[in-house]
Amino acid sequence: MNYWPLLGVAVIVIGFALRFNPVPVVVCAALLSGVLAGMPIPALLALLGKSFVSSRMLLMFVLTLPAIGLLEHAGLREHAQQWMGRLRGMTLARLLIGYLLVRELLAMLGLTGVAGHPQTVRPLLAPMGEAAAEKIHPGLTDGDREEVRAVAAATDNIGRFFGEDVFIALGAVLLIQGFYAQHGIELTPLAIALWALPTAIAAFVIQSVRIWLFQRRLKRRASPFPTGQET
Amino acid sequence: MLRIEYAYWLIAAFLLYTSWRKARERQVYCAAFWGLLGLLFATGDAVLAAQQAGHELPAQLAGCAVIALALIAPRMRRKAHPETASASARLASALRLGHKLFVPALMIPLVTLVVALIGEHLSIGGYALFAKPQMTLTGLMLACVIALVAAARVAHAPLLQGLSEGHRLLDAIGWAALLPLLLAALGQVFTQSGVGAAIAALAGMILPEGNAFLCLLVFSLGMVLFTVIMGNAFAAFPVMMAGIGLPLLVQRYGANPAILGSMGMLCGYCGTLLTPMAADYNLVPAALLELRNPYGVIRAQAWSAAGIFIATFVAMSLLVFR
Repeated sequence: MNYWPLLGVAVIVIGFALRFNPVPVVVCAALLSGVLAGMPIPALLALLGKSFVSSRMLLMFVLTLPAIGLLEHAGLREHAQQWMGRLRGMTLARLLIGYLLVRELLAMLGLTGVAGHPQTVRPLLAPMGEAAAEKIHPGLTDGDREEVRAVAAATDNIGRFFGEDVFIALGAVLLIQGFYAQHGIELTPLAIALWALPTAIAAFVIQSVRIWLFQRRLKRRASPFPTGQET
Repeated sequence: MLRIEYAYWLIAAFLLYTSWRKARERQVYCAAFWGLLGLLFATGDAVLAAQQAGHELPAQLAGCAVIALALIAPRMRRKAHPETASASARLASALRLGHKLFVPALMIPLVTLVVALIGEHLSIGGYALFAKPQMTLTGLMLACVIALVAAARVAHAPLLQGLSEGHRLLDAIGWAALLPLLLAALGQVFTQSGVGAAIAALAGMILPEGNAFLCLLVFSLGMVLFTVIMGNAFAAFPVMMAGIGLPLLVQRYGANPAILGSMGMLCGYCGTLLTPMAADYNLVPAALLELRNPYGVIRAQAWSAAGIFIATFVAMSLLVFR
């Protein structure tokens, strides 16, 4: 067993720990691992180029930017915030938990590309979340606002990840089935997908509770201990 | 027929436009970065086709371009972004346009949804509208174009202004946009150079003999840890399964393969929530939402990830050895 390529992993860990720019760190790690595994340099370059080019779909989100940018210029975020402020009974927790539910159900149907950070979180969910947080705590600090946005992004991730495995025709389930088939164990996709359901439910419950706790924390910050209580 | 390649050409055009804007602003490194990336997108199909035909040179040149991008990236200075409209102008526009502003924004998910659901059946004169592979992404491309046209009409702005506003957002994301692709390439190199096999061998060494529960714990934690390193549960799964899951848990201790596979993969997803290596879920959103801390999203979801991992592990240990 050749353990030397593991040094590539060490480069990644050290690079992130020292907060170097991740782009050169990642490329260095790839080159180092490849060289230590005994790959010739031309083959390594070709592998790097080919794998980079074949994952171009990961930059699809760039296409949403012109439309979103134009709408933001015309006041989309301001409108989302104002509208949120007028909706009675709509709290931060209800907004985020509602989004979590919809996102998870869509992912279960295999529709993971429908929502996402550039399409829905930045233009709609995050500004609405900020407005809903302002209803609780009118004196939001910049730090609080960033926290609301981060929780909105986390909610999107969790809804997507733990919904998608319940859908039978998606990558993960097929990967699991394919792995077992290679090793002589035949399973139907449905038999695998079914077992993702308990985690999907647990993820929904856990993230909902955490959203609710976050809302309660914001409420606490809004009403600090009453000041006139000295005896 | 609409194919995913058209989306790549559109992205290439947008990147080259951004590069041209940067060159006019005399920001040389930014111009070179987006220009080079645009060229990689424009020539991507040709590179892959040449590779298929056995010509290595284009792929090697692409590899050199990737290294050049890595050398340029640290020199890109992210500057504070002057908004193109003042806060009061945006508020006035928001009051004037009202709910109309939502229409183009909601068109992006809605058109994507429609194409994903019924795209297969859409045809004009027996000629299919959408190519089968990557239909949802092709739908997303169409949705973005339609939304841009709709946004220009709603805002009474020229289409070209959309490009210029898009360039402002792309500039705010900066080199973080590149990370998902680089990490995907890193995963390929790690796989080819045997990093996975080495990790599985190390995990096997620390494994206690004859204790199925501890073995399951090492397997689940290994899925999390290896996903944190690789940024992708799909890369971790075959390694941990071949090293521990199949030979020990399934074949020696009689674990149910369907439960082990499904829940083991989900343990890996908990790792995805924790790692900067999953750049498109954790670092790019932090840049998109303009958080000062690039790890802000990871921090917001870390405790959820821990809770979901514990719940999944408990369920798995109760169910898998039945």
